[in-house]
Amino acid sequence: MIAYILRRIGSIFVIMFFASIIIFAITQFLPGDVAQLVLGQFATEEAIANLREEFGLNNPFYVQYLDWAVNFIKGDWGNSLVNRMPIFPMVMSRLRNSAMLAVVVLMIYVPLGILLGVLAALKRDKLPDQMITTVSMVFVALPVFVSSLLLIPFFCHYLGWLPANSSIHPDSTFGEALPYLILPAIAVALNSIGYVARMTRAGTIDVLRTDYVRAAYLKGLPRWQVLFRHVLRNALLPTVTIVAMDAGMMIGGMLVAEVVFGYPGLGRLLLYAMQNQDLPLIQACSMVAVTMLCLANLVADLLYGFLNPRIRVK
Amino acid sequence: MTDTRSRKTIDTEPILDVKNLTVTYHTDRGPIYTVRNVSLQIAAGEIYGLVGESGSGKSTLARAIVRYLADNGEIKSGSVKLGGTDLLALPMSKMQQVWGSRITMVHQDPAAAVNPSITIGEQIAEIARLHLHLSSAEAKAKAVEMLKKMRMPDPESVAKRYPHQLSGGMLQRVVIAIALTTNPQLLIMDEPTTSLDVTTEAAILDLVRELLAEYKMAVLFITHNLGVVANICNRVGVMYAGEILEEGTVQQVFRSKLHPYTRGLLGCLPKITNDKRNVSLTAIPGYIPRMNQLPTGCIFSPRCSMVEDECKAVRPSLLEAEAGHFTACRRWEILQSKPELLMDSQHARDFSKHEEGPVVLSASNIKKHFSVSAGGFASLFKRGRVKIKAVDGVSLGVRGGFTLGIVGESGCGKTTLSRCIAGLEEATSGEIELEGELIPYSVSKRTPAQRKSIQMVFQNPDASLNPHYTIGESVARPLVLMGLSKKEIQERVRQLFNAVNLPEDYINRLPHELSGGEKQRIAIARALAAEPTLILCDEPLSSLDVSVQAALINLLIKLQDTHKISYLFISHDLAAVRYISDWIAVMYLGRICEIGSAEDVFMPPYHPYTEALLSAIPIPDPDVRQERIRLEGSVPSAINLPSGCRFHNRCPRKIGRICEEQEPPWQDVSEHHHICCHITLDELRTLQSEVIVRQADSPGEVR
Ligand SMILES: Nc1ncnc2c1ncn2[C@@H]1O[C@H](COP(=O)(O)OP(=O)(O)OP(=O)(O)O)[C@@H](O)[C@H]1O
Ligand code: SF4
Ligand code: SF4
Ligand SMILES: [Mg+2]
Repeated sequence: MIAYILRRIGSIFVIMFFASIIIFAITQFLPGDVAQLVLGQFATEEAIANLREEFGLNNPFYVQYLDWAVNFIKGDWGNSLVNRMPIFPMVMSRLRNSAMLAVVVLMIYVPLGILLGVLAALKRDKLPDQMITTVSMVFVALPVFVSSLLLIPFFCHYLGWLPANSSIHPDSTFGEALPYLILPAIAVALNSIGYVARMTRAGTIDVLRTDYVRAAYLKGLPRWQVLFRHVLRNALLPTVTIVAMDAGMMIGGMLVAEVVFGYPGLGRLLLYAMQNQDLPLIQACSMVAVTMLCLANLVADLLYGFLNPRIRVK
Repeated sequence: MTDTRSRKTIDTEPILDVKNLTVTYHTDRGPIYTVRNVSLQIAAGEIYGLVGESGSGKSTLARAIVRYLADNGEIKSGSVKLGGTDLLALPMSKMQQVWGSRITMVHQDPAAAVNPSITIGEQIAEIARLHLHLSSAEAKAKAVEMLKKMRMPDPESVAKRYPHQLSGGMLQRVVIAIALTTNPQLLIMDEPTTSLDVTTEAAILDLVRELLAEYKMAVLFITHNLGVVANICNRVGVMYAGEILEEGTVQQVFRSKLHPYTRGLLGCLPKITNDKRNVSLTAIPGYIPRMNQLPTGCIFSPRCSMVEDECKAVRPSLLEAEAGHFTACRRWEILQSKPELLMDSQHARDFSKHEEGPVVLSASNIKKHFSVSAGGFASLFKRGRVKIKAVDGVSLGVRGGFTLGIVGESGCGKTTLSRCIAGLEEATSGEIELEGELIPYSVSKRTPAQRKSIQMVFQNPDASLNPHYTIGESVARPLVLMGLSKKEIQERVRQLFNAVNLPEDYINRLPHELSGGEKQRIAIARALAAEPTLILCDEPLSSLDVSVQAALINLLIKLQDTHKISYLFISHDLAAVRYISDWIAVMYLGRICEIGSAEDVFMPPYHPYTEALLSAIPIPDPDVRQERIRLEGSVPSAINLPSGCRFHNRCPRKIGRICEEQEPPWQDVSEHHHICCHITLDELRTLQSEVIVRQADSPGEVR
């Protein structure tokens, strides 16, 4: 098991390394010159040249990359080009907000997706299954911005239950933020519920067909015990993987939802950075997003290994 | 070590009483009556064997008894009584209380029957808590106690392990432990040993027999293996296309065989004392009828060589021919008066003279070492890889027109060896000579002529047939590569279809329209098309029914005779290997431990491993005596090979340190018979004074 964990962590470092090169390279080749951006349109040639020198922009690519990477690891992420504020605390505060949103998203779609998937599997090919399958297909196909635009009129204008605008103060506590989180979270979750439900349904159907489930019934165990002790344990293994693989989709969805609802998370910060061509901020936000993605996968792998004795005990 | 068990019929109230049970499956083509009017009774302490070919409805019957049919299954009529309770009248909730407490089941594949993510101990404890109402701690103790009863080494630690950490044989013990925990009235075992090695099978059967002497329950034992029935059952029912055709005590059925189908099944089986030179097998012609297209009258009539007009008019029901012995054949009296009727024709085959042909294939010191990841952190680096010595220094030769059989438990390297010879796997070292000429390891480096000369027939015929080509095209492919004209090819394909006894109008069929046996014939035809000198047959029969097996064995022998082909015949079925082979090599963990002519290998002195294999063969004759030598455990992994003699940690005849420390020497019993063991031949002769398998001294003697 320890070897398994070490291997996973090792592979994360490799992925992070390549991701950082790509992120760095792309931001380098973005149109516009950093020095020009910093000094504005009317800067003199000389001032620009000086600044380029100061920023090390004349060094070869790999030196620039190494400088940047080392500083990044040290937590020295530089200042925003636009408002001259240090980037690190800014990104961290937004990351916290996005994490709060992510928690709510997960709390909505994981249990709901599993529940629907298991239900569909148990009522296979009957009406509940057909309904769940159809609805989750619709949800999967529905882009977040569309579902947001459908949810807002219903919950905010028609029912009046939830605020349509989530642009709260970035330092709000979880309790304060919660009412503003629900709607964007639903918008993101809808998309993933379909995946989870479908995976869970497939996994559960597979397990229901196995000899050991038949054996469990023939031991005389009541249905619910067979379901909880014998079926779900094995059926949810692929679901764990799907939740992790879906992390990318989820982060993407959150980005959109944050923008649509004006929620002060990492996504909105990234959008803001892009609109202003704030290169260091773009780099930092992207790196944090990639790191989160990797961590999500690590957690899923560990969970999978923990749940699966074939990996846990050799 | 002789097996002495008593086999008496028990005349008490039956525990299980099934009357006129009829089961249907509802399908798109309408209802299919898969089990019809079946009645059977099993008393406490009795093991009732239900035999029959695949699809005869054995499992359906078993599932109907426990009321666990597939969703489209329905019990149409009849009654099932268990200890006086009418099971069919119980509501499902009550039936659930019967499961696990009064009836338990053991299925074929033990690895699939246990939950991969729950510990062994917990899977036993679960049923103890549920039905014996034990506390958690008591149930745990009960689990260990049950494992101990299964003679599991180190039961405490096994209880804590997960299924993937145990071998198939151990898992089957676990499944049996679960089934016996509640001491049920009825135990149903559906092919419990089919997926196991012969040696494991023998050990499990011993265990079951001994346990059942202690637990006096009724047992329904389902199998397609008549040898297993003769070995373990008291009574037997022969099932065919959904009906029982003959029923009686094992002695009655195996001795008098009062139904042509029973005789047919037994005639299909190669006997361990016979070979292709003195006896030919009698395959049953035709196929089991589809259950929705049953013939009127006797359901066996289309395949019966004793059929009369009257047989086709009315369906005979089971009649009592002698006390407790029932048959559904109208003409049983003829069978009774002629015990040898329909049995294998004892005449010698017109087989060409046993003359020594030239050596076609000679392999010397073949090694195949796989390098695999050791798992763990070390495997990130090259050094973390371990060697699996699948084949580790095998030398053998095959003469023209002869068959070399290779036997051994699964995992001993038989398949890898044949794949190395075929060039599908590149040998690590050694020399392969084809007709005196050294050939490259890899098939891609061999010349077309060399490739043509060695052909393969696999266990699973589907693997070698493209599902989108007609079978005619599949057979023609090697011919196209040989550059024949269209007309010549058509002619050759027709000849080949004739050679493997397939009707010519099959040429345009697709593989899925063929039965397993027919597909295997196509695989053989394809191999023949290349006009090979050697065909490697890797378990070509194992997925087939006995009647189909017999026909294929006959076919292989006929083709050998007409085409002068040599075979390398790999199988775990020792009787079949004995029957078809001229020479036999016994393999254990990547090495040959005994090699010789077929008769010699089956006569003492034996290598201790051969001895154990022979003693494990289930023989379809209750009057045969068999020495009982059992192996502990299963084949060790080829990663950590035992030092000295590879067999030493399982060898029942191990003589001491020398076996662990030194590689045993080859000893020559005769010019053509060699044994690799530390025990001297003289000593082996005294230890093994008797042939392992022999007819009982006086007929009727109880084992
Ligand atoms: N759910 C089902 N629906 C339709 N037909 C079925 C179903 N299950 C089994 N059958 C058919 O019923 C017949 C009997 O099957 P069954 O499994 O009882 O045979 P068996 O004697 O146990 O065979 P085997 O030795 O291969 O296990 C076969 O023709 C099979 O194809
Ligand atoms: S009843 Fe007739 S057809 Fe049927 S098995 Fe007997 S002899 Fe053959
Ligand atoms: S060498 Fe020793 S361990 Fe090996 S088979 Fe002979 S007696 Fe058994
Ligand atoms: Mg079956």
